[in-house]
Amino acid sequence: MVHVDYYVILSAILFTIGALGVLVRRNPLIIFMSIELMLNAGNLAFVAFGRSHELLGTPNFNPFSGQIFVFFVIAVAAAEVAVGLALIVEIFKTKKNINIDEMNSLKG
Amino acid sequence: MTSDLIVFLVLSLVAVAAALGMVLSRNAVYSALFLVLNFVTVAIFYLILGAPFIAMSQITVYAGAIMVLFLFVIMLLGAESLAPSEVLPWQKWLARGLAFALIAELIYLFWNTRPEIITTPGLVVNSMDSLRAMAMSLFNDFLLPFEVTSILLLVAMVGAIVLSKREKAGQK
Repeated sequence: MVHVDYYVILSAILFTIGALGVLVRRNPLIIFMSIELMLNAGNLAFVAFGRSHELLGTPNFNPFSGQIFVFFVIAVAAAEVAVGLALIVEIFKTKKNINIDEMNSLKG
Repeated sequence: MTSDLIVFLVLSLVAVAAALGMVLSRNAVYSALFLVLNFVTVAIFYLILGAPFIAMSQITVYAGAIMVLFLFVIMLLGAESLAPSEVLPWQKWLARGLAFALIAELIYLFWNTRPEIITTPGLVVNSMDSLRAMAMSLFNDFLLPFEVTSILLLVAMVGAIVLSKREKAGQK
C-alpha cells in the first residue's frame, strides 16, 4: 500500500526541480522543458488525489474528474509548446541567438 | 515493506534523477532525453494509479509528440549548448535557496495538513470498463471544455503557422 501523501510529495519535489530549472538555466528550450516538468508534476498530483477520493468514496465525486483534468492539461501543454517553439524559432531568426539574457527588448 | 512501496520508491528515484539530469545536463539534447525518461516514469505511475488512458496519452503526446518537437527545434537551431553567461551571477545562488525554501514549505504543508491517511491499492491496471466510463464522463459532463480545447488547439495551430511564416521582402 502506498499512501497518497507519497505521490503528492513526489509531485512537490518534481515541481521544485522544474522551478529551479526555470530559474537557473539560460537556454529558453530548457526553460520550456522545465515548465513541462512542472505541468507534469501537477498532473501527477491530480491523478493521485482523484484516485484517493475515488477509493474513499467521496459523495458526489466523479471518479474520473482528476484524469479528465489531466487530459485537458496535456492538450493545453501541446498548444503551448507549439506556439512557444514557433516564437523561439522566430527570435532565433531575428537575433541569431537565443540566450535568454539578451532578450531584453520587445522590438526585434 | 510491501512490493508496492518498493516499486514506488524505485520509480520515484528514477523520476527525480531524470528531472535533476534534465536541469543539470549541459547538452540540451541530453536534457530532452532525460525529460522523456521522466515522462515515461510518470506514465507508469498513472498506470499504477488506475489511469491507463492518461498513461497512454502521456506517452504518445508528451514523450512522443512534444519531445520530438523539442528535439527538432534544438537540432534546427543548433542550441545544444550555450556559452555560460555571467549576467546576474548571484541569481543562481538565490534560486537554489528559494528552491530549497519551496520544497521545505511544500513538504511541511503536505505532511502537517493531510486530512486522513489514504492508501492506493497496488498494481491494479483497470480493464476496459473504466476506460468506457471515463469516455462517457468526458463526453457528457465535460463536453463543453472538450470542445473549447479543440478551439484552443486550432488557435495554437494557426498561431504557430502565422508566427513561422516567412514574409517575402517587398510584398508586404
